[in-house]
Amino acid sequence: MSEVAVVGFAQAPNVRRTPGTTNGVEMLVPVFHRLLADTGLSKQDIGFWCSGSSDYLAGRAFSFIAAVDAIGAFPPIMESHVEMDAAWALYEAWVKIRTGEVETALVYGFGKSSAGELRRIMAMQMDPYLTTPLWPDSVGVAGLQARLGIDAGLWTEADMAEVAASSRRAALSNPDAQLSGETTAEELLKQPYLADPLRAHDCAPITDGAAAIILASGDKARELSERPAWITGFEHRVDTPLIGARDLTTSPSTIAAAKAAGVDGVQVAELHAPFTHQNILLRQALGLGKRCG
Amino acid sequence: MVTISSEPLSAPLNVGFDYTRSLGPVLGRFATGLRAHTIAGIRGSDGRVLVPPAEYDPVTAEKLTEFVDVGTEGVVQTWSWIAQPLAGQPLQHPFAWALVKLDGADTGLLHAVDAGSPDRMSTGMRVRVRWAAEPVGSIRDIECFEPLDVEPTERAPGEGDPVTMVTTPIHLTYQHTASPEESRYLRGLAEGKLVGQRCPACDKVYIPPRGSCPTDGVPTEDEIELPDHGIVTTFCVVNVPFLGQRIKPPYVAAYILLEGADIPFLHLVLGCEASEVRMGMRVRAQWRPRDQWGTTLENIDHFEPTGEPDAAYETFSQHL
Repeated sequence: MSEVAVVGFAQAPNVRRTPGTTNGVEMLVPVFHRLLADTGLSKQDIGFWCSGSSDYLAGRAFSFIAAVDAIGAFPPIMESHVEMDAAWALYEAWVKIRTGEVETALVYGFGKSSAGELRRIMAMQMDPYLTTPLWPDSVGVAGLQARLGIDAGLWTEADMAEVAASSRRAALSNPDAQLSGETTAEELLKQPYLADPLRAHDCAPITDGAAAIILASGDKARELSERPAWITGFEHRVDTPLIGARDLTTSPSTIAAAKAAGVDGVQVAELHAPFTHQNILLRQALGLGKRCG
Repeated sequence: MVTISSEPLSAPLNVGFDYTRSLGPVLGRFATGLRAHTIAGIRGSDGRVLVPPAEYDPVTAEKLTEFVDVGTEGVVQTWSWIAQPLAGQPLQHPFAWALVKLDGADTGLLHAVDAGSPDRMSTGMRVRVRWAAEPVGSIRDIECFEPLDVEPTERAPGEGDPVTMVTTPIHLTYQHTASPEESRYLRGLAEGKLVGQRCPACDKVYIPPRGSCPTDGVPTEDEIELPDHGIVTTFCVVNVPFLGQRIKPPYVAAYILLEGADIPFLHLVLGCEASEVRMGMRVRAQWRPRDQWGTTLENIDHFEPTGEPDAAYETFSQHL
């Protein structure tokens, strides 16, 4: 099966509130133009387009259809969408290239989280029979997990604040980041609780944005990029939706996925953790070092 | 020229739907029990008692069948404090979310605890169920949990046939924003003007204008004011009544191609028998009284035939 590499990446500025529409067109058009210009590809060179987004964020059914306008889908393109994040769309595109069906794929994700009440909308992803009817907001639920780790001595509120401070320092070199700056855990801990034990800095800011990646198979990737980023392993797993029925201070699905993808010996890791304690939780679960940022 | 404002138009968008789901034997038994003030757990593959009960074991995926009733008091395993409750949550004054391990259970049930203040919350504290005033067979039959030092609220259990369905009303609120191009178009309508824009790549004229030409992937640019007359490209006769219908069937919904535009839009054709509407028929906008105009295409009530000779098929075949 084909080797697959990332040969290009572009993102829209991450902002608290974009004046654009929930279909993402205004954010995606410049992202596509930049990505294609950077790689020297035209839209006809892209074998497969795959996107991830959420109708619940947009407040409209089939909202992703309008986003296809941003491509300029003529002559007709091969296209797919997942009602998920762009990481899952990336997985579909990766499989498509691995099977040899296409040589290149452009994967994009977008969302205007500011359009609705994000904390309530996130309740829609929980068990719809016994959990969503309570409207458990994402921050409140994350707070339950954070306290379990604090009580178990796995992390402290100061450790959590340090994750936020490190992330903001690291973001100083990314002009597209919404939050960046020099701060310390000590300063952050002076802030009041948002949902005890979480403070605002423990929660990813509500962000509107879009990002896109171009994938290419073996020789095509070498032709397009001097240093393609080869994807040597790729796994997706999920934990049980019964949140009270598992140990929330670790993540069996992440451990299993990392093992299958081959995380041993990794030197640098970028972790997606919408809450500070989850960054620590993932580092502990994956056996990564303590150094952060 | 149309009055220009850089701010896109936006408006509240409220969506709602009552999701109705069948519960099946496991969740149905749990819901039926809640209505009668009992709480059913189920024994998992590893011998643990899971509450709420799972249909399949979370680790082995084995089908689970051994129900175990558990207590209505329990221990807080963890909690978070919600100082400003959101719409739909169990309590509308400050409360704690908690995972409560009920007596006899081995797992935590997510629910609210009415403690009044975060100072009165602690991991390991004991709480009891406060039942809802009108049980129906849902997780909301538990109104919330409360600390044991609170005077219990007397509530009567419900009765009836086994619960098989649950209805969950979902209401979400958004601020919907029109694109900059759509906003110019909508503001134009408020002045009785039909504003389109031309794609700089393919020269097609779009009304409404678009943030991206679907063919070329670039925003439409040059503004063009279009006349309020054009032709019917294709149409359908609506014979079926539906919820919210404003006109008595039969009537015609048609694609109207304004003169000078390349993309038709959907509108009504009235003022003649539905059976008389034809492809290529020339029509003109019938505007509502000016004092009723807003930033909406509804300013045009409908289109009516002009009586002029029909357009030849070749002149609009590329616009179908």
